[in-house]
Amino acid sequence: MMEKRLKKKDIILIILILLVAAGAWILHEVLKDAGSGIAVIRVDGAFEGTYSLNEDEEISINDGTNILRIRNGKAKMIEADCPDQLCVNQKAVSGNGESIICLPNRVIVEIQSRQESGYDAVTN
Amino acid sequence: MRARVAYFGVFTALALIFSYVESLIPFQIGIPGVKLGLANLIIVIALYKMSLREAYLLSVTRVVLSGFLFSNLFSILYSLAGALASLTVMAVLKRTGGFSVTGVSIAGGVMHNVGQLIVAMFVVQTFSVSYYIPVLLAAGLVTGLVIGVAADSMLRRLTGLEL
Repeated sequence: MMEKRLKKKDIILIILILLVAAGAWILHEVLKDAGSGIAVIRVDGAFEGTYSLNEDEEISINDGTNILRIRNGKAKMIEADCPDQLCVNQKAVSGNGESIICLPNRVIVEIQSRQESGYDAVTN
Repeated sequence: MRARVAYFGVFTALALIFSYVESLIPFQIGIPGVKLGLANLIIVIALYKMSLREAYLLSVTRVVLSGFLFSNLFSILYSLAGALASLTVMAVLKRTGGFSVTGVSIAGGVMHNVGQLIVAMFVVQTFSVSYYIPVLLAAGLVTGLVIGVAADSMLRRLTGLEL
């Protein structure tokens, strides 16, 4: 008589592991929202305000010279009245320490977040 | 006694070869750090065929040798933590009874990943690697299952091997 390949305790173990994995995943999803960052806006070095990346909104900065849009946890400059438009062409930021800077209007948007900014490359 | 030493040598060689084969053919499924853990097949066999002391010795020997041969000193730290956590849990489950070879191997596969992740948390000094827990648990489950089924089949055919 051959021994069974999977016993009752094995099945329980597998289910338990899957439950813990699912639990950890759900926990992470919940914490991720609560822990996502804020955008700190400074104009000419002076503090203007902080905005949560969780709330989608459009912020008019410096009497409307720049408009910052927060959407899906990321901040992006969508309008600037300066000629070079460098900040507008920059990608949306969300990682800790990432920033958008508009030099002509002296606007600085900096992200403070627990989420680390993405690596360009990892060597081993 | 002489036969035990010879068998231990053969087991060590087998575990090393499996480590080598695995380093040649990385189990690439797009998730870094997830490996099949072929060498664990030998460890599971050893757990059922040798004394616990020998199984530990085999596991440590395997990790240190394959670490120096195929990767670097730093990875030995991770591997050792994973291997020891894995073997300890497997030994406990085996002694508890009620688990098949496959079940024991699944627990081993999962703990191998958990042990490495804990070391990673200490090394990087952050809990942000915790987002990796679900991935590593699931991966350990699958690889442990594969290794377990293989080890089970081998053990059924190795009834003549007495150590």
